[in-house]
Amino acid sequence: MSVIPNGPDPFATDRGGPAQPLLSVSGLFKHFPVRKGTGPKRVVRAVDGVDFDVLKGETLSIVGESGCGKSTTAKLIMGLIERDSGEMLYDGQPIGERAMPWRSYRRQAQMVFQDSYASLNPRMTVEQSIAFGPKVNGVPGRQAVERARALLARVGLEPKRFAGRYPHEISGGQRQRVNIARALALEPRLVLLDEAVSALDKSVEAQVLNLLLDLKAEFGLTYIFISHDLNVVRFISDRVMVMYLGRVAEIGPSDQVLAAPSHPYTQALLASMPSLDPDNRTQEALLAGDPPNPIDPPSGCRFHPRCTLAEGVCSAVEPPLSSVMPLHRVACLARQPGSGHSAAPSEAIAA
Amino acid sequence: MTAPLTAGSVALDGNITAAPDAPEAFIASRGFWGHVGHRLVRDPVAMAAGILIVIVIAIAILSPWITPMDPYKGSMLRRLKPVGDATYWLGSDELGRDMISRLMLGSRLSLFMGVTPVLIAFVIGSGIGILAGYVGGWTNTILMRTIDVFFAFPSVLLAIALSGALGAGIFNSIVSLTCVFVPQIARVAESVTTGIRRRDYIDAAKLSGASAFTIMRVQVLGNVIGPIFVYSTSLISVSMILASGLSFLGLGVRPPEPEWGLMLNTLRTAIYVNPVVAALPGLAIFIVSISFNLFSDGLRSAMEIRQ
Repeated sequence: MSVIPNGPDPFATDRGGPAQPLLSVSGLFKHFPVRKGTGPKRVVRAVDGVDFDVLKGETLSIVGESGCGKSTTAKLIMGLIERDSGEMLYDGQPIGERAMPWRSYRRQAQMVFQDSYASLNPRMTVEQSIAFGPKVNGVPGRQAVERARALLARVGLEPKRFAGRYPHEISGGQRQRVNIARALALEPRLVLLDEAVSALDKSVEAQVLNLLLDLKAEFGLTYIFISHDLNVVRFISDRVMVMYLGRVAEIGPSDQVLAAPSHPYTQALLASMPSLDPDNRTQEALLAGDPPNPIDPPSGCRFHPRCTLAEGVCSAVEPPLSSVMPLHRVACLARQPGSGHSAAPSEAIAA
Repeated sequence: MTAPLTAGSVALDGNITAAPDAPEAFIASRGFWGHVGHRLVRDPVAMAAGILIVIVIAIAILSPWITPMDPYKGSMLRRLKPVGDATYWLGSDELGRDMISRLMLGSRLSLFMGVTPVLIAFVIGSGIGILAGYVGGWTNTILMRTIDVFFAFPSVLLAIALSGALGAGIFNSIVSLTCVFVPQIARVAESVTTGIRRRDYIDAAKLSGASAFTIMRVQVLGNVIGPIFVYSTSLISVSMILASGLSFLGLGVRPPEPEWGLMLNTLRTAIYVNPVVAALPGLAIFIVSISFNLFSDGLRSAMEIRQ
């Protein structure tokens, strides 16, 4: 039963059936121009050719270091910044075109931001913030407020106590619950969580993660979960996408990617996770230095200057995403048969 | 329960039933303006200034009925009586009219000329500034560069030039003073709006499918109106002084209408005969404008609530 008064069946808007990806992104590019004097025009290649699908009902996590393009990808998906090129299909329909204009897409795709305080209007009560979305979409005022209260109760905040509060009067965890309630107020199918729990205390984080899982089951949601915390990612995701310098390095089922990572970068990321076992401490950093400047990315494979497996061919050839297992794809020449890399598997095994 | 709940309520986060018997006052939360009012009441200087403003406004409204003598009736025999005269408590002017009655009635026009242009400019300037700040890009450039042209002239000069071009009179003075203040308010409005347009809650509002106008009205306005309002109240004193200046130059109110600036003008010939009386309208302008400034300062510090 839906807690939202007059809530629709979450699958009423479904078109393509369960096999059709909810969101399908291909060839997504976003370069930001850098203004620097009168020199030649330079660009930051924030997102540089990203393809992925988000399946219905799954949680896809996007992980990577700061500056790898995961937040830019999020904003592109939500249309908060305009893409340079690339195609985005929502349930099989191109977003921004006639069949699926941005306005109707946004009613089905909502976002929860990292900074729980900055994402709530300081002059509006919690209830007003949640009711704003339904109101501008034509829900009468009283009904919108009722829906806001029902959602507050659903995210674990007693409406009587919290509806009239202002954002500065509640804690970070409570604010993030309010942000989740607001995202759900438009009854979306896709919710993008951009570092939504990263700023919370560990105990609060766990509660909010559990809440997210409950809500997903109850409303039939699909999540895109952006995070840099691999423990959280392991807990919540069905599939994981690892990004490096605006490209996809590896994508696959979360148990495969996190248990048996194939890309050297993913391996380094996982190895750099602090261990709880004192006998098994991480002694040295596996990933040295900062990621290279996205204005001038390295030639060939972007990871080669920091990679332990790097060979001559890596600086010459850009590795395509190729399957190592069904559904598990990696952009690494050392994993691609016939790439010329000495560690590459032979063609026969791969076939 | 007065302090905003921040750190202390973290523990309540997970377990909302921890305090089921929270008192009613805990539930009702004071909004932003509630906090501002609360702090303003506790600021003695701002309150004194505020009370003075209220008294002057009351006098202005009631003056036709409460003036001790007819402010228009002169007497050739009783000109320029000193302050403290038995009949004329604050003396009489160069035509033998009662100063206190004229000052009281004069407060009407002086206040009107101080507040009206600022009020009109507040509405227009906020509109332009918020639009420029929120939309950004070319709209911002075109609007703000146009506004900048007005800053090339000192405001006094601009007011005199516009009034001179439009001709004397109350209406024309108000128009020219409004033109002086619109760019100033618009610039403040633009800068506060630019400061908040990239906040996440604006993005969240965009994601809800709200139109730009709705976002400006519901999400932006409440966050920028405070600073713009404070700045505008500080302009009231400037407006009063400029209006008095226009009247002094013969571009504003015309005699025999009492207005403080005009009174200052007509009494200037008496400055060697009775300097105290001649200075009274100036003193009135000074007191009222400084009250507006002090009140606006108090309002600003009351709004500096850490969020």
